[in-house]
Amino acid sequence: MKTSSFPGRYDSLARVSEFVVEAAKDAGLSSEEVYSVELAVDEACCNIIDHAYGGEGIGELKCSVIVDEGKLTVILSDRGRSFDPKTIPDPKLNVPIEKLKPHGVGLYLMRKLMDEIKYEAIPHRGNVLTMVKRKRKDAA
Amino acid sequence: MEISLTEYKRCDVVTVNGRVDSNTAPRLEEALTSIVDAGRFKIVIDMTNTNFVSSKGWWTLIETQKKCKRYRRGEVVLVNVLPEIRSSLDMVGMGSYFQIFNDLTAAVASF
Repeated sequence: MKTSSFPGRYDSLARVSEFVVEAAKDAGLSSEEVYSVELAVDEACCNIIDHAYGGEGIGELKCSVIVDEGKLTVILSDRGRSFDPKTIPDPKLNVPIEKLKPHGVGLYLMRKLMDEIKYEAIPHRGNVLTMVKRKRKDAA
Repeated sequence: MEISLTEYKRCDVVTVNGRVDSNTAPRLEEALTSIVDAGRFKIVIDMTNTNFVSSKGWWTLIETQKKCKRYRRGEVVLVNVLPEIRSSLDMVGMGSYFQIFNDLTAAVASF
């Protein structure tokens, strides 16, 4: 397992991406799967900054990666506010563009892009988000 | 992320190189706002060298599309979207809000 900590600011996102993309490639994921991981992790980090911490420069993002053959596990932890994912509805999509709203899109993307997601709120400590992506057996 | 702007007679081309995420999307928003505030609503986003777009990036484009399509005065079209990026766009059902071209010349000519 490799772990790195990043300041909870948007200018950390590119470095977080590099960190998880390298691990995703080491796990043998396809380019589409690597992109899925990169995007899901970016969305998760933004949610941590925006919602767990309530803004930039307040706390740290800790990111761990576990590389197995054909499988990548990413663990993001923070010391911010917790929330109940069940209270965030899926966004309304395929509606006229004027009715489109951004709420919930990040979480929705994470759920669609990753094979497994587990969120744990740890009282008085923060949050741990574990996401897994597996290589598709029929993929090149 | 680097942005360059080229104004043609009938449209503006915005070339976006690099990452569009929460860190860089405000600069893209600023560039697009400057075009729309100038009363120009036909915009081509050249994504040939765009390697990442988060939901923040898509919202910037969607908000601009809303302004351009209002009163049918124009629209935002995309060029050369990487397959992985296209796939994520379709996953959130946003692919239908943009015409996507494989060729910049064709995109500019569509206006």
